[in-house]
Amino acid sequence: MFWQGEYECMDRGELELLQLERLQATLNRVARNVPLYRKRFAELGIDPYDVQSLEDVKSLPFTTKEDLRQHYPYGLFAVPLRDVVRMQTSTGTTGKPTVVGYTSGDVRRWSELAARILTAGGITKDDAVQIAYNYGLFTGAFGIHSGAELIGASVIPSSSGDARRQISIMQDYRTTALVCTPSYALHLADTLEEMNINKTALSLRFGLFGSEPWTEETRLEIETRLGIQATDNYGLSEITAVAGECLERTGLHINEDHFLPEIVNPLTGEVLPPGQKGELVLTTLTKEAFPLVRFRTGDLTALIETPCTCGRTLRRMTRIPGRSDDMLIIRGSNVFPAQIEGVIATTGIHNPHYQIVLDRVGHMDRATIMLEAPESFCTDSIKESQRILENVRIRLHTELGVAFEVRLVEPKTITYEAQGRIIDRRKM
Amino acid sequence: MQPTLLALKNVDVFYGRIHAVRRATLHVRQGEIVALIGGNGAGKTTMLCTVSGLIRPGQGSIMLGDQDIVSRTPEQIVRAGISHVPEGRLVFSPLSVEDNLRLGAYTRPRFRQREGIATDLEAMFDMFPVLRERRAQPAGTLSGGEQQMLAIGRALMARPRLLLLDEPGMGLAPMVVKDIFRHIVNLRDRLGLTVLLVEQNARSALKIADRGYVLENGRVILQGTAAELLANRDVQRAYLGRELDE
Repeated sequence: MFWQGEYECMDRGELELLQLERLQATLNRVARNVPLYRKRFAELGIDPYDVQSLEDVKSLPFTTKEDLRQHYPYGLFAVPLRDVVRMQTSTGTTGKPTVVGYTSGDVRRWSELAARILTAGGITKDDAVQIAYNYGLFTGAFGIHSGAELIGASVIPSSSGDARRQISIMQDYRTTALVCTPSYALHLADTLEEMNINKTALSLRFGLFGSEPWTEETRLEIETRLGIQATDNYGLSEITAVAGECLERTGLHINEDHFLPEIVNPLTGEVLPPGQKGELVLTTLTKEAFPLVRFRTGDLTALIETPCTCGRTLRRMTRIPGRSDDMLIIRGSNVFPAQIEGVIATTGIHNPHYQIVLDRVGHMDRATIMLEAPESFCTDSIKESQRILENVRIRLHTELGVAFEVRLVEPKTITYEAQGRIIDRRKM
Repeated sequence: MQPTLLALKNVDVFYGRIHAVRRATLHVRQGEIVALIGGNGAGKTTMLCTVSGLIRPGQGSIMLGDQDIVSRTPEQIVRAGISHVPEGRLVFSPLSVEDNLRLGAYTRPRFRQREGIATDLEAMFDMFPVLRERRAQPAGTLSGGEQQMLAIGRALMARPRLLLLDEPGMGLAPMVVKDIFRHIVNLRDRLGLTVLLVEQNARSALKIADRGYVLENGRVILQGTAAELLANRDVQRAYLGRELDE
């Protein structure tokens, strides 16, 4: 089943020509409308005119998350704000978020791409799709939501929250498809057991999971425990719905008619030969409000050049096993250690010595910050230090959207040499 | 999806020292109506003339199906299946309507195709009944709308696969433009003709087109389905005359 078969199964030669014309139009547009690109192209002596083939994209500079932060909030928009119909956010490393805007055309294309991914994952108009992603500024929920509506499925925007409530909804509404993070799917499986409900009492058939890395073992576990077929999908708030698995489940088909993928060496930025693993770099081909040229995603993957048996000609990327930078994914939220440090600093503890410990309780991530007590703490009252700790906890939760436990440890007991700043005990 | 009939890749056109078309890449699928829109001097007409061989591109390839037509003469290109209806119609004023139509079949071997040509002539008269009424009249005495129909009919007499239409609505009353555009859609729907259309009046062009390209200073800056372009605020501001900023 295809949603836009004429594009998903397009002849490769025709697809590449379409990519080239869209790439050239995008470059002409960013060079005209986006100050950052206009300036950077001028500095580097780059004329979009010189891009004659898809390979020529190599000669263009990268766009990094740092660029997005520096031009926060609207510096990378290619259209006037009055043309923007939606804005979403993504968190960055320094605690400064980035804003992404979408025109009505962008939102419509995004829905189409999400509909492709849902269709590839088995969803039809007859499904009841329960979306247990956090709504709000988080983009994942909205793309899938509008894509599912476009297909004509019945959408249940259950959002994130109480697992028991999710399961009651699942039972009562006879949900046939679940969309959430893989760890939340396992958490729901646990809750199901706690509630003593057999999976056969549910109507679930399909699950589409994304927003965090997961393994084949997790897939098997989710599939067995929930009695569904589980597919992986990949998207970025900066880009929208990039790729999704078909039911062959041998890699994620990239929406190449809308995004031009490259794989580069994360250290040197050099483009790697086909099939090699490296950092995924994406150039948007149809985005109007927020076009990006060679955006460094920070995600490590490889492109699969061999055709898929499903009939789609869109190339696949391997499932993302990890990231090229130090970003942590905690319960589906992106968190950078530098952000944590920044938040701690705002509470008056300078140059904090701390360690981040990640583990899993059941299937949910638990994040603990082991904070060395500053010298001043010893003399202060216990009440005062409790107040400061509570403050750190609240600030972390509100600014990063993730609940942390914060524990005080004796001064000079943390040695980074032994384990580094991040101790990730979660088994992938 | 229909196969690609026309594909331009990295086409560059110079008028003397003026770089009129800069690295244009675009395609037209079989049975599609594709509109080129843009302001004056954006390079739209130049692009059509380049496809029909009237202007040689400085660089780039132009494929009609699987043949590269970039170095062919206009006559060879007509034979290959592309007819061009030029801006301003350019009918042969002193000649009769019928002779104008017959001239359109110039590239078809007359001795073998006499019957075919006669049949096509009747088909043109059926399609544009007003031309039958005026078949013996000098083309110069026709109204603007009638001349446009004649110019289209003349182009069709070569039995093209692809019709290039340059400003078919220019200088015509809105009602007449509507009628001409209705005929263009008919040609596609009934004869399976493929159309590449240049039009100042972006709104009417996009209303009948499947897809479009927006040109600015010889560059393609936007492409998409006609619906996408009609909904694009940039296009609305620049070419659809809609003031959004009030």
